[in-house]
Amino acid sequence: MSDVVPKHVDSWFNRRGWRDTIIAAPYLWLVLFFLVPFFIVVVMSFAKTVSQSPPFAFLPEWPYIRWEAYNRLITDSLYIRSFFISIYNATVATVSCLLIGYPMALGITRVGRSAQRLLLMLIILPFWTSFLLRVYAWIGLMGKNSWFNVALTAAYNAVVPTSWAIDSIQMMNTNFAVVLVMVYSYLPFMILPLYANLERLDTTLNEAAMDLGSKPWQVFKDVTLPLSIPGIIAGGLLVFIPAAGELIIPSLVGNAADPMLGRVIQQEFGSNRDWPMASAVAVALLLFLVGPLIIYNYFAAKAQAGAKS
Amino acid sequence: MNRRPTFLLTMIFFGLAFFYVPIFSMIFFSFNRSRLATVWGGFSTEWYGKLFSNSQIGDAAILSLEIALLSATAATILGTFAGLALARFKQFRGRSLLAGLVTAPLIVPEVITGISSLLLFIMMAQWLGWPAKRGFTTITIAHITFSMTYVTTVVHSRLSSMDMSLEEAAMDLGSKPWQVLRDITLPVISPAILSGWLLAFTISLDDVVITSFTTGPGYTTLPILIWSKVKLGVTPDINALATVIVVIVGLGVTLSTIILTRAEHRRERDIQLAIAANK
Repeated sequence: MSDVVPKHVDSWFNRRGWRDTIIAAPYLWLVLFFLVPFFIVVVMSFAKTVSQSPPFAFLPEWPYIRWEAYNRLITDSLYIRSFFISIYNATVATVSCLLIGYPMALGITRVGRSAQRLLLMLIILPFWTSFLLRVYAWIGLMGKNSWFNVALTAAYNAVVPTSWAIDSIQMMNTNFAVVLVMVYSYLPFMILPLYANLERLDTTLNEAAMDLGSKPWQVFKDVTLPLSIPGIIAGGLLVFIPAAGELIIPSLVGNAADPMLGRVIQQEFGSNRDWPMASAVAVALLLFLVGPLIIYNYFAAKAQAGAKS
Repeated sequence: MNRRPTFLLTMIFFGLAFFYVPIFSMIFFSFNRSRLATVWGGFSTEWYGKLFSNSQIGDAAILSLEIALLSATAATILGTFAGLALARFKQFRGRSLLAGLVTAPLIVPEVITGISSLLLFIMMAQWLGWPAKRGFTTITIAHITFSMTYVTTVVHSRLSSMDMSLEEAAMDLGSKPWQVLRDITLPVISPAILSGWLLAFTISLDDVVITSFTTGPGYTTLPILIWSKVKLGVTPDINALATVIVVIVGLGVTLSTIILTRAEHRRERDIQLAIAANK
């Protein structure tokens, strides 16, 4: 990024008020429609649930706020459970995306230019079709009577002893289904940053390592893998963050007894009409997601500053 | 080195199968005679007939397109402004807050954005009397808010990688700043603005979660309609609708890729010719 802006550009924009407009328009919009709503959520999490419309109120005297929602958050097993289920599902989905996506991304860098373009287009294409319809496609496959389930059941029955034989595999409304569909939906988010990272790597390093006697897997372990860590982190964040807050997939294919946090927020807000509780869960989820990111950025900036000096 | 590509190519093959088998299965069963969407009962196109005679789906599609066109256009203007501000104005008060605000909607889960937007509209209705009803306006505002940050990301990265000496050279040659903006900056970043608009458009067209929180009675977008149908189970008419959408999107993406690739080739050739002519 260049830091030198010609001075006369600055002064011209100022004279016409253009500069102020260009800065102020998006600024005001984001403050009003993103920052203010978020503060409302934070304030709401300290309110009290009452049966009126809107269903909340603050205490009439000092200290005005209540910690009850946060208290329930750390004592009620429903919230603790759904918190761990969300982390567990998001982690398994991220690791699975990495295990499937890494070889695919690396493979794409090893084919010709036009084949690379074609493969990338084939990977992005499902992403442009409706998200909901991709989830729907899996609902069709996982149902008890579908050809996919029948084929998997037959394969299972052929392997195990006859006494273990089953009629069909229960896939819908399980945690496994949630993870599977999340991997399906978010895999492109893992492949694309990894590809962008791997494509830039200098292949002469691989050749040098080979010339010095490294075996292919050693070249991968010692050269390619360490150099692709930024791509792994970028892809991991792009999968983990939306997966941890996912609402649609657990609502459609998940088990209502093992809800993820997104679904808990929606239920508290919608059917339970407990706005303070929904807000508290939202604040906790956000802190959990943003906290590590801030720490990561801090250390990345520090490492960069250290490398410069 | 010789054996690894075999493994990698196998992984690509299975990965693509993973991506496409569910979609092709969905398309296949849209031609199913049986009401059971996943058990084959003979070939039929009756679901397509039902689909095209269903005015509910057409109305929802039109509403979705209206919201997507309006919100993508507004998001492109606001997002480009934010990108210009961050890339070209190095010092103004609250710059780091703006930089944070344009990345935050990308990190915050959609449920939280949805709930906070809804709470804002409820509070505004209570205190200001506006918006009296939730519907078209509230959905559009929410879509602008979270899709403009994608536009900013795209435009900002293009501006950062752009050679600023072009703008300086034009100014040294006597161009006025607005001429520089019109003749140099905007043409150079126009592909980024266009792809930002497309991104905002598809995000708006596809959104379920934020729309479900900010919509009101009578305003059913296509994804909300599909969502309410899918919750009830798998039916062949959704398979037919999905097939239509996949075909439209597939054709659109293929065509635009071909056009963009051709334009790229032509540009490269022109640059080559220009270099050759100057020698």
